[in-house]
Amino acid sequence: MKFKLVPIAALLAAALASPTALAQKKYDPGASDSEIKIGNTNPYSGPASAYGTIGKTIAAYFKMVNDQGGINGRKVNFVTYDDGYSPPKTVEMARKLVEQDQVLMLFQTLGTPPNTAIHKYMNTKKVPQSFVATGATKWNDPRNFPWTIGWQPNYQTEGRIYAAYILKNKPNAKIGILYQNDDYGKDYVKGMHDGLGDKAKTMIVKEVSYEVADPTVDSQIVQLQASGADVFFNVTTPKFAAQAIRKAYDIGWKPMHFLNNVSVSLATVLKPAGLEKSVGLISTAYLKDPTDKEWTNDPAIKKWEAFMKKYYPEGSLLDPSNVYAYTVASTLHEVLKQSGDNLTRDNVMKQAANLKGFAVDTLIPGIKMNTDQGDYAPIESVQLMKFSGTQWERFGAVMGK
Amino acid sequence: MSRRQLIVLAAVLALACVLPFLVSNYRTFQFNLVIIYAIALLGLNILTGYNGQISLGHGAFYAMGAYCTAILMDKFGVPYWATLPVAGAVCLLFGFLFGLPALRLEGLYLALATFALGVSLPQLLKYHQLENWTGGVQGIVIAKPEAPAFFGSLGLRLNPDQWLYFFTLAVAIVMFVLAWNLLRGRVGRALVAIRDQHVAAEAMGINSAMVKSLTFGVSAMYTGIAGSLGAIAVQFVAPDSFNIFLSIVFLVGIVVGGLASISGAIYGALFIQFVPNVADEISKAAPWAIFGVFLIGFVYLMPMGVAGALRMAVARLGRKRQNT
Repeated sequence: MKFKLVPIAALLAAALASPTALAQKKYDPGASDSEIKIGNTNPYSGPASAYGTIGKTIAAYFKMVNDQGGINGRKVNFVTYDDGYSPPKTVEMARKLVEQDQVLMLFQTLGTPPNTAIHKYMNTKKVPQSFVATGATKWNDPRNFPWTIGWQPNYQTEGRIYAAYILKNKPNAKIGILYQNDDYGKDYVKGMHDGLGDKAKTMIVKEVSYEVADPTVDSQIVQLQASGADVFFNVTTPKFAAQAIRKAYDIGWKPMHFLNNVSVSLATVLKPAGLEKSVGLISTAYLKDPTDKEWTNDPAIKKWEAFMKKYYPEGSLLDPSNVYAYTVASTLHEVLKQSGDNLTRDNVMKQAANLKGFAVDTLIPGIKMNTDQGDYAPIESVQLMKFSGTQWERFGAVMGK
Repeated sequence: MSRRQLIVLAAVLALACVLPFLVSNYRTFQFNLVIIYAIALLGLNILTGYNGQISLGHGAFYAMGAYCTAILMDKFGVPYWATLPVAGAVCLLFGFLFGLPALRLEGLYLALATFALGVSLPQLLKYHQLENWTGGVQGIVIAKPEAPAFFGSLGLRLNPDQWLYFFTLAVAIVMFVLAWNLLRGRVGRALVAIRDQHVAAEAMGINSAMVKSLTFGVSAMYTGIAGSLGAIAVQFVAPDSFNIFLSIVFLVGIVVGGLASISGAIYGALFIQFVPNVADEISKAAPWAIFGVFLIGFVYLMPMGVAGALRMAVARLGRKRQNT
């Protein structure tokens, strides 16, 4: 009997002693001494394949990280699949990544419908769905979905920032809002209402919506003008944004015109609308735009260009999506660095919710990421910009949190 | 059915039954999708393969079935299995009604009319007035069904993926037997007669218009039931899930699998489920170009589809055995 207890005692002693020795290194599936496996879905084909470049830039970024020795000595294995922006395919690929490839976490899965399709699954499986590539506000819901976290400034945040600007610079404004009738549009409108607070009722004089299937928004613009509004909050996607800008100009309505960040592209919105008709538009930015002359000699953009030329030479140096991808990959890089040798899903999520004033140099100076257990919205500040007739010019201080 | 065919059939069924216990849950989910696609392809094959009407819009019926199930489960708390007959009935009716006017259109013109249906449905699902039901662009998230408790009391513990697989398999078997019964008898002969010689078929007393409309309805019903099962398996429906590409992929599936062949639906389903994944692993830059190469290869090597190629191989083997 006595002898039988010896091995048990030895085991007990080992068990008690080991936590101190092993506490540093803890792994969940997908992480080991040599590797961290990260999963991703991106639309490399299909209607949204223009965004496919984001996945390619991220893959290139981690190739660079691995060439430089990896993260805390571990190589990053970035596994990315095509989902064609089709939610059922996203479900299939997410399951493949989690169940078969055994990744530690998902990162930057792209698009609101694809992410909605796997939202519940990821949270039941308790696998991080980190820094998703969509601006919807619902990703910031740590209480109900603690395994999902957003990244870019969400639509409500942006709406609140316009509200703050209006309150400060035009306190007696009469605001007219045009919005797309879906979650995206309603998110912006809610942000504006929240930002104005009690004054929303008196300041917002007219709200009109349109459907994605509508041919034009001309009649909505006429209604807004007739309401006497002198501030126009334009929550539209590119095609409708161009129509709204042109129509407002043509009927001689000259309000203070806020255009949502979704539609700030020169090529797809302002040029079709007419550059001379777009003068004075106000919008927001949070990333350095590689086509902006101000950044031509910026060290961060230079560094990004060097990275692109070496690791992703076929990628476009004019596409802001590639700066975006570089910046969001840097964020994950930081989270994994912070996680140290404790590479459990739980700890990675904790670290993602523990960014304190983290800045990437490709963000506009002054914009920092902050998250905590109750705040899953990393970037909540932006800078306003005004269209000069040839390009966007940023002005004022960085606003937001 | 010959004895050899029965043996093969029994072997395939046995394999299908043990499959989920041999592979991971993720693979089970994929095979579940294969069975679902097989039902959809069977529906399209009845229409295109047997009856000779080309549809480029069957993705729309798949979507209708999926939305019927999602709305019934989400808004009315109907259990998932009870939504299947409703989805089937709705699609049967829609298919029949769509078939009536579309009958005036033959061949390519019908293809265009159905194409219009396939293109427009995803947009209609986003329509403002329907948003309370369809959830607009955001779609509807539905819960995953668990295995019924009595399996547990029998000592058979099935996880949700395995249970759903068997549920789908059971539905598929029923649908395949029904189709087999339908196609080998008078109705089947009438369908083929209309396809091959519709003037002669009418002279034989076949009500061509009625048969064609009904075929359209039955075909839509099959695809709708598949869509309904698809929604349950994926647990999510959104307009982006059912773009026109889905309809094209269905057509690809029946041609690769084998036109006018019941088993062809299964080969076609395997093709449309797995070949895109293989293509994606070969090249991120141009997955659909790789897919295209596969497609050309298949069509070139097996002009009668996989089912046709297998039939020919078996026939050749038989002849050889007779000769020796």
